[in-house]
Amino acid sequence: MMQKFDEMYTKLPYEFFTHGAQIRDHYKIYDEWLARQPGNMMAKRREEAEMIFRRVGITFAVYGDKDADGAGTERLIPFDLIPRIVPAHEWRSLELGLEQRVTALNRFLHDIYHDQEILKAGLIPREQIEQNAQFRPEMMGVDLPNGVYSQISGIDIVRAPDAKGNGEYYVLEDNLRVPSGVSYMLEDRKMMMRLFPDLFSMHRVAPIAHYPDLLLETLRESSPPSTAEPTVVVLTPGMYNSAYFEHAFLAQQMGVELVEGQDLFVKDNFCYMRTTRGPQRVDVIYRRVDDDFLDPTVFRPKSTLGCEGLLEVYKTGHINICNGVGTGVADDKSIYPYVPKMIDFYLGEKPILNNVPTYMCRNKDDLAYVMANMKDLVVKEVHGAGGYGMLVGPAATKAEVEDFKKAVLANPSGYIAQPTLSLSSCPTFVESGIAPRHIDLRPYVLMGKNVQMVPGGLTRVALKEGSLVVNSSQGGGTKDTWILEDDAAPVVAVHPQTQAEAQAQVEAQDQVQDQVQNQNQDQSQDQVKAK
Amino acid sequence: MLSRTADHLFWMNRYTERAENTARLLDVNYQTSLLPQSAAMAQAGWQGLLSISELLPAYKEKHDTIVAREVMDFMVKDEKNPSSIVSCLSAARENARAVRGTLTTEVWETQNQTWLEVKRMIKQGDFEADPSQFFEWVKFRSHLSRGVTVGTMLMDEALHFMRLGTFLERADNTARLVDVKFHAVDKDFYGTANGKDQEYDFYHWSAILRSVSGFEVYRKVYRDVIRPERVAELLILRPDMPRSLHASLNEVVGNLGMVANDQSSETQRRAGKLRAELQYGRIDEILATGLHAYLTQFLDRINDLGANISHDFLVPVPA
Repeated sequence: MMQKFDEMYTKLPYEFFTHGAQIRDHYKIYDEWLARQPGNMMAKRREEAEMIFRRVGITFAVYGDKDADGAGTERLIPFDLIPRIVPAHEWRSLELGLEQRVTALNRFLHDIYHDQEILKAGLIPREQIEQNAQFRPEMMGVDLPNGVYSQISGIDIVRAPDAKGNGEYYVLEDNLRVPSGVSYMLEDRKMMMRLFPDLFSMHRVAPIAHYPDLLLETLRESSPPSTAEPTVVVLTPGMYNSAYFEHAFLAQQMGVELVEGQDLFVKDNFCYMRTTRGPQRVDVIYRRVDDDFLDPTVFRPKSTLGCEGLLEVYKTGHINICNGVGTGVADDKSIYPYVPKMIDFYLGEKPILNNVPTYMCRNKDDLAYVMANMKDLVVKEVHGAGGYGMLVGPAATKAEVEDFKKAVLANPSGYIAQPTLSLSSCPTFVESGIAPRHIDLRPYVLMGKNVQMVPGGLTRVALKEGSLVVNSSQGGGTKDTWILEDDAAPVVAVHPQTQAEAQAQVEAQDQVQDQVQNQNQDQSQDQVKAK
Repeated sequence: MLSRTADHLFWMNRYTERAENTARLLDVNYQTSLLPQSAAMAQAGWQGLLSISELLPAYKEKHDTIVAREVMDFMVKDEKNPSSIVSCLSAARENARAVRGTLTTEVWETQNQTWLEVKRMIKQGDFEADPSQFFEWVKFRSHLSRGVTVGTMLMDEALHFMRLGTFLERADNTARLVDVKFHAVDKDFYGTANGKDQEYDFYHWSAILRSVSGFEVYRKVYRDVIRPERVAELLILRPDMPRSLHASLNEVVGNLGMVANDQSSETQRRAGKLRAELQYGRIDEILATGLHAYLTQFLDRINDLGANISHDFLVPVPA
């Protein structure tokens, strides 16, 4: 696939290390710095990063996967050394748009589980809510603290050219159940600061390390109002879950207990955890398990990941569960097209962030358009996930398109279609050197009493050439995301390093490393001699 | 603190300590086997080592004869043997991983690094190439793990449960070590009068001392030739010998006191009583009743303490 639209370069295709007008302003300093680095620097830094990640144990578990030793079910998430840089003015508008969108989505959820005004107004067909598998009738009429359902939202955003060829952000998907990846956002930044401290002195990169603080504040604000000093816990399915590292990381960073279902029990309609000093009451659960596993008496009867009787405690208002039960009804693909209408309906505002234009095959006109133009569209099954039940028109054969047409005609309301976006790419350090790869961005938006977020998010990158799939389970990696504090040139004039100086610096750092390694070896040899 | 968290911390340290003591024991046996001695005596040494850990039946299931190399492999890298060094280090790391949020970054990284390294070393054949160096490495990782724990962890419950695990395990392991080595001398040991030749005695007893880093300590404390009664006294009764039963029980009692809760008074009483007996006991009294008999009841009581600690703090109370 032709690369058309890049974060760093305004004109493509490009030759790397040729400088001039085609570099976007906010990448200029980085580009100059990169050109000064000796050729082997990036490879060395990458090795260093992998060593550190493995030692620190920043891994995700791969289900049922074993390496040659029969061990190694833990993989490192691929980390790319080249940052994704976002200029200050772009972030300012993103931030406003995210606040607006998350506020509207929460108002929508409250409405759906209470008076259903939006259905009465006829803006969304009733059956699309009530027949949705993610709709939880158990939640009807339940009042939640602050009226908030999704305290932690991960909004997936891509950048693509609009009709005039200018860059524009589009929301691809809302994640309101248990969005993950925030630990990688934080660890990627730590790693970048460790590997490239000089780059941070040349850029004014907005800090993000206070995310766990904001998260804790949000969770405490979400406690039932009767509790003065709420006890917050993180609920994990356990250490064999693929995101266990993140659960443990967040609990530690917030200084709260990391509990499993077996640590919790319900007594007299309150929830307690078992401690070395007896039962202790729990007020807020930041749960990292799906609705289905929360309470075996209401949902899946055989699940041991949750706690018996928890839902009743929740409905009584003796505990809050974050995110709330039943948020999935708002982040479904079939509901996504209505979000701009929600913003208008609940807030009386125009949407700041664009949706990708979406054709709902349930509508006659849309269906006719989709049938006529399928070869140019991306068609998605409403309840499909992970790239299944999906047709990418331009990449499909004629036969595949014909098959899909039959499927859509047989069940139009099961499908939506979108134009094929030319997703932006970003220079990425891959095996063959530096090359463009497609990226997306997931900022994390917190909502307790108010909306808060750190300036940034997780940038995921599709490491395979031409691929649009950024999921870590399918060969995706991550990049540090830099939100610049202002778009002006840095205040401090940076003395430009010559290439020779940069080379000398890299060598000096390597020597220090070698020395440390040699010392370790010497020590172990001395131990043998001493015996 | 969550009962489950305390449980993981307790066992993380027990497994680390066990790996260290197994390495110590294997190292001493390996070094002793390099001395000229009869084949029967060498075999008795390896057999003793298996019975110390109650692993003789498990070993015999797989191997017909007791061969030094196979015993070492079984005790070092057999993942099916839950007490092998690799199994212990892996169990310690799994426990650490389950509660990594409770540990400081340094403590977690130490456990994780140990596990990554041991896998690499076994794969590369480092153990076969130089067993002693491998055992040294295991000991040093355990030292490092203890040091980084004391040096970085907040001095709260988490630390006390970890220390409790370390010293309960150490009391158990030292008792087993003394038992098997004295057992090897005679049916039961009541004091020297058996007239074994002095050269054998020197190597035999100094090996025990070395396995608990006690050779120089012995010289310093007693300024005398090595006598079995004193070796026993040093390893059982001396409160200043860091691997002795008395010193271990001091730590157990101290840490237990720090985490005491409403239902733990009986456990504390039993631990305190056991410590008092070591504090006021005399080696000639112990030897008069027979060392093996004494150590057998000691191990039973340690086991009982472990069960009580689990009951009072660790095993979840049914709602």
